[in-house]
Amino acid sequence: MALKIFLGLWLSAVIVVAFVFPIVSHPARWYEFPVVPGLEDKARILFFHVPMSWTAVVAFIVSMAYAIKYLAKKKFDDDIISASSAGLGFMFCILATVTGSLWAKFNWGSFWNWDPRETSIFALLLIYGAYFALRSALDVEEKRATLSAVYSIIAGVTVPFFIFIMPRIVSSLHPDPIVNTRGKIDMNSTMLVVFLCSLAGFTALYLWMLRMRVRAERLDLNLQSKGE
Amino acid sequence: MKLTTFGLTSFVLFTKEYRSEIRTRYALNALLMFVVTTLSMILFSIARENVSPEVLAGVLWVIIFFSTMSGLARTFVSEEERGTVLTLQLIARPLTIYIGKLFFNFLLLASINVVTVALYLVLITNFSVQSYSIFALTLILGTLGLAAATTILAAIIAKAHSKGTLFPVICFPILLPLLITVIAATQKAVEGVPFEEASGLFRALIAYIIVIGAVSYILFDYIWKD
Repeated sequence: MALKIFLGLWLSAVIVVAFVFPIVSHPARWYEFPVVPGLEDKARILFFHVPMSWTAVVAFIVSMAYAIKYLAKKKFDDDIISASSAGLGFMFCILATVTGSLWAKFNWGSFWNWDPRETSIFALLLIYGAYFALRSALDVEEKRATLSAVYSIIAGVTVPFFIFIMPRIVSSLHPDPIVNTRGKIDMNSTMLVVFLCSLAGFTALYLWMLRMRVRAERLDLNLQSKGE
Repeated sequence: MKLTTFGLTSFVLFTKEYRSEIRTRYALNALLMFVVTTLSMILFSIARENVSPEVLAGVLWVIIFFSTMSGLARTFVSEEERGTVLTLQLIARPLTIYIGKLFFNFLLLASINVVTVALYLVLITNFSVQSYSIFALTLILGTLGLAAATTILAAIIAKAHSKGTLFPVICFPILLPLLITVIAATQKAVEGVPFEEASGLFRALIAYIIVIGAVSYILFDYIWKD
């Protein structure tokens, strides 16, 4: 309960700060953000879009790790965690796609133009979608767990191709995608602190939601086994 | 199991696939008609248009993708339907079955692709390949990659409901890197760039085939054993 309230306050503070702190060309006071050439006010998306994409990727990796663990140990609990994490990852992936697309409209002029980053997040959405379609088509619990674990691993190994090969085929306009040190966006310390706070907040949100979902799924499983 | 017995079992399973296909020619006939139907639709729709070769390079792979989807989905479904899964599980090691199926799928896909490409080159006059070495290598690697990825996914789909509709859905995200790369390589073949310029794409294709082959090798046991 205390965790919930703390997380709520933390993320509200991050959101308020991200919108309210002024962007000036020569930041002098501690609460001012520097201007990013070409982005100006649109740079504020950094505090939301990047943590969302980050969380989507983390959720995917967690889901894949627990899929591998399930195949090794065959414990149902691992499948529950894997599937719950995939569900949350799908949600964060949609959020990242929507925010990115809105930003692209104002910065690049169209909602969608198949930039390599857009292609790779589209592929991630498709993988999540296919994963859930496959799960719903399998009745027997054990089979569902095994086959969806196998599928998420196969999908997982193709993801690096989007990261390393796509940018070679088409050049990207996306601002530096990884948390940057010498990238296109020069963050001052205020910006960096707010960004890292947001990153921590979103990751904690994911972990909190994952814990709730896993608990709910476990209870559901218990109820089913009692009903039989 | 020794390597020779392993190879022999795989080969026997391959010949079993080959014979049961030759007996009915179910997949082959259906696929040929599929290719002819699709090609004639494309011919109708581009009747008097001047379509650029770059676009046609993409359309070629659309035909190949969907013929793969309709042809190779049945790889393991047929075993489930005929009730031969248990027999196969008893007589052979999982990996030999996978390899037998993989080689058969490659052969089937390669023969269909030869027909598709021949018809495409003859019927669609705008599609003129400048660099045949790039084009041939793209087709070989593309076919190999398609066969490798769809064989393992066909094994998964054989256990699910609504197999026919779900198969392209689960295949597309996995095949997307392959498709993007082969389309780019075919466009290079049409533009007629020197071979070195396309070598990066070929390295990517080879990497894709190796990665998919390796995960299939590791994971097929889990799919096959009930």
